[in-house]
Amino acid sequence: MSKTIDLDLVRHIGKLSRIALSEQEVGTFAAQLAGILEYFGKLQELDTEGVEPMAHAVQLHNVLADDTPGESLTPEQALANAPDRDGDFFKVPKVIGDSQ
Amino acid sequence: MTSILDLSAVELRDAIACGELSAVEAARAYLDAIERTEPRVQAFNEVHADRALARAAQIDADRAAGKPLGPLAGVPLAVKDNLCMTHGRTTCSSKMLAEFRAPYTATAVAKLEDAGAVVLGKTNLDEFAMGSSTENSGFRPTRNPWDLSRVPGGSSGGSAAAVAARQCVAALGSDTGGSIRQPAAFCGIVGLKPTYGRVSRFGLVAYGSSLDQIGPLTRDVTDAALLTRAIAGHDRRDSTSVPRDVPDYLASVNKPIEGLRVGLPGEFFSDALDAEIGAAIRAAAGAYESAGAKLVDVSLPHSRIDRDADGKLSSYAVACYYIVAMAEASSNLARYDGVHYGHRTAEKVEDIVELFSRSRAEGFGPEVKRRIMLGSYTLSAGYYDAYYNKALKVRRLIQNDFDRAFEACDVILAPASPTPAFRLGEKTSDPLTMYLADIYTISVNLAGLPGLTVPAALGRDGLPIGMQLIGPVFSEETLFRAARMYEQAGGVRRLTPPAMAP
Repeated sequence: MSKTIDLDLVRHIGKLSRIALSEQEVGTFAAQLAGILEYFGKLQELDTEGVEPMAHAVQLHNVLADDTPGESLTPEQALANAPDRDGDFFKVPKVIGDSQ
Repeated sequence: MTSILDLSAVELRDAIACGELSAVEAARAYLDAIERTEPRVQAFNEVHADRALARAAQIDADRAAGKPLGPLAGVPLAVKDNLCMTHGRTTCSSKMLAEFRAPYTATAVAKLEDAGAVVLGKTNLDEFAMGSSTENSGFRPTRNPWDLSRVPGGSSGGSAAAVAARQCVAALGSDTGGSIRQPAAFCGIVGLKPTYGRVSRFGLVAYGSSLDQIGPLTRDVTDAALLTRAIAGHDRRDSTSVPRDVPDYLASVNKPIEGLRVGLPGEFFSDALDAEIGAAIRAAAGAYESAGAKLVDVSLPHSRIDRDADGKLSSYAVACYYIVAMAEASSNLARYDGVHYGHRTAEKVEDIVELFSRSRAEGFGPEVKRRIMLGSYTLSAGYYDAYYNKALKVRRLIQNDFDRAFEACDVILAPASPTPAFRLGEKTSDPLTMYLADIYTISVNLAGLPGLTVPAALGRDGLPIGMQLIGPVFSEETLFRAARMYEQAGGVRRLTPPAMAP
């Protein structure tokens, strides 16, 4: 695969995806993603003027359910897999300011 | 003991119901088989031996007490490890969920257990069901029982290998782009991807939510009918499951279809297809003709498969599928944040975004990262129309092709994969090459149709060759009957890999 995409673009996508990438991964993904995106570009050959986009194969609209309380998870069940907790809360590191 | 492993699910439950055999004997026979073959096959992430024996003992006690038995009473099954069970772990073969214990059980699994099935354990898969060989498992690859140097296919490779190796009578898998049908073909067994909405997805760890379906992997068509009947139906916990009666597939499976019209899509029989597979499927078409069916040429232009100048296969459907699946994956897998459950980095982090990003970097394998990243990209501002929206329009064109084809035929006969099982490592260096292993199965998911893979032949080098029957939505009954016609017309059935014989 000779084509590649800009390394900064890969870093940007990594950020969008909330996945920390090593510099080596950035290089590998640049080549691989370029090949795959080029393949995706094949769809541009098709004329889709006036075609209705199809997000779902089965047309079910406005599925409504009676508003009756049922079983749900207890706080203990919901927290059972938490990496860290404080009482009935999920615990995360201190968040200072606005991170981006 | 040998004979127990030879019985199908239907035969086994009948033998247990009439007391010829106890459920405990059946469970023990399979647990012994697992012990014997598992070091070579590596199909299971976890074996629940004690629980399986306890449940089998309960079935035997119920029978002794004269209680009514379910339609799967005592049948030992395996479950793909992306289906939640409160017992044991649900890992999706990902380091992200290596210790995850689900707080609920998937509806499909609960229904099987309510019907009396005995779950033996959880099977390996490509991480989060993303892959076509089970080599993307975060733990270890599973081997093909027909040739241990080859892959079992994927992503339900563990379930397919376990059924083929006689480590269980049947298994559940999930299919987003071929993940039941392609491994079934590679392992010489039967696999059904039901109509979208036929089976509840509640408790199936989400990958591509508009594509995912749960289905059975079995040794023959009759067993597939039995299991599908048991798991299908509406579930208020999955709003995409369709409220529609479930036919008694088992009752009708032996009835041949008079005047069956079998469609052959010209686009699927190009030089992209392995010659031996092409010949096997044409022979199957001939068998249908001899059984009274009519062969019809049909066309699926947007699922066409070409060979580029550099020899690479290309298909609009593959591009369309991966755009849709990756977009849905990037959204679904956003839930793995190192906060609520799953892996959290042990590194010291400065802020919450770093906690997310490091935990995800450590927990996900390379293919999962690629798919999340590509999905994030194609959904991002400026690219949404060029990729995602374009793919949704092509998806409509693909569905329209099928609608048109089904005006002329009742079922479509197609390959299940372009080649028989390939060798471990053969396609791991180039992700795109691996994606092309799904070339004959993905358009079925895009259109929401049912697809059934059955063994067509044994190839020259001793590897099974599968074929696929595709029908209109909710035509599972037709697919089972049509597939059974092929079994009865001399098709191969209940293949056993020589190396797995006791």
